Amino acid sequence: MTDRFNLYRFASPATFYPLAGKLIPWFVAASIVFGLAGLWLGMLVAPTDFQQGEGYRIIFIHVPASWMSMFIYLVMAFWAAIGLAFNTRLSGMMAQALAPTGALMAFLSLWTGALWGKPMWGTWWVWDARLTSELILLFLYIGYMALTAAIDDVRRADKAGGLLLLVGVVNVPIIYFSVQWWNTLHQGSSVNLAKSSMAMTMLWGMLLMALCFWMYSIAVALARARTIMLERERHTDWVRAELAGEQK
Amino acid sequence: MIHWNSVGDFLAMGGYGFYVWGSFGLTVLIMAVEPILVARNRKSTIARLKRQLRADARAEYRSTAE
Repeated sequence: MTDRFNLYRFASPATFYPLAGKLIPWFVAASIVFGLAGLWLGMLVAPTDFQQGEGYRIIFIHVPASWMSMFIYLVMAFWAAIGLAFNTRLSGMMAQALAPTGALMAFLSLWTGALWGKPMWGTWWVWDARLTSELILLFLYIGYMALTAAIDDVRRADKAGGLLLLVGVVNVPIIYFSVQWWNTLHQGSSVNLAKSSMAMTMLWGMLLMALCFWMYSIAVALARARTIMLERERHTDWVRAELAGEQK
Repeated sequence: MIHWNSVGDFLAMGGYGFYVWGSFGLTVLIMAVEPILVARNRKSTIARLKRQLRADARAEYRSTAE
């Protein structure tokens, strides 16, 4: 191996591990800053919604959680495709590290959606396209975690899990476009670049909260990935050196 | 600049308090608990791997000593 800068180096766990360790505090700090700013704007400054009163403020976590639940799945599917195509070690670890956070985001999306639906629609739950496809997303996350946990051989677990992720990826556009394709109780997209239906403070509050959720998810996934790396690479020299360093 | 007249107003959320705080409460709880679980899992994994490493080293020492 040469010392020249080389992108492939970052695909190696030995390089990725210390880099992730350095980045995590920055993502945590960014998440806190964006979160405080978003909560300030959304919960303290933003005006009352003319239709939904103060109940609309659930949007400041419902939309970021829903976006993250879809986006994390897409990232996992991307890693799955890389892993199946190039047989890289890192990809399976990344998918594994993202899954629990994605599942929690899907769960939060459904939970906050139920708490929003009850006062606005008069029901916690309906079997319509948007809600049902989001529930399927949660089941895909749980299915992926159960499947990979059930297979002892890590490489085979990654392959099987990767296939599940790639098949399930069709569900993401279904969730996203469901409000346009089907008649549903769920309201349409609140953010529209041409003509936003929201007040500026509401929009900025929501975008800041979305950034907060992004930074949070990256920080937690990187932290989880680091542990998975130690576990999976335990027979390598770099993990031995790392563990020896931890003793001090 | 602040939209609310009093803390009570803020907590009541115009009658939607239960739904709004039920949403934010669980989100905050999950975002507090998940990192704790990740950190705990990391600690226990490192401890276990170190034990294994020491056990391996002892076994190797014994086999070379004989």
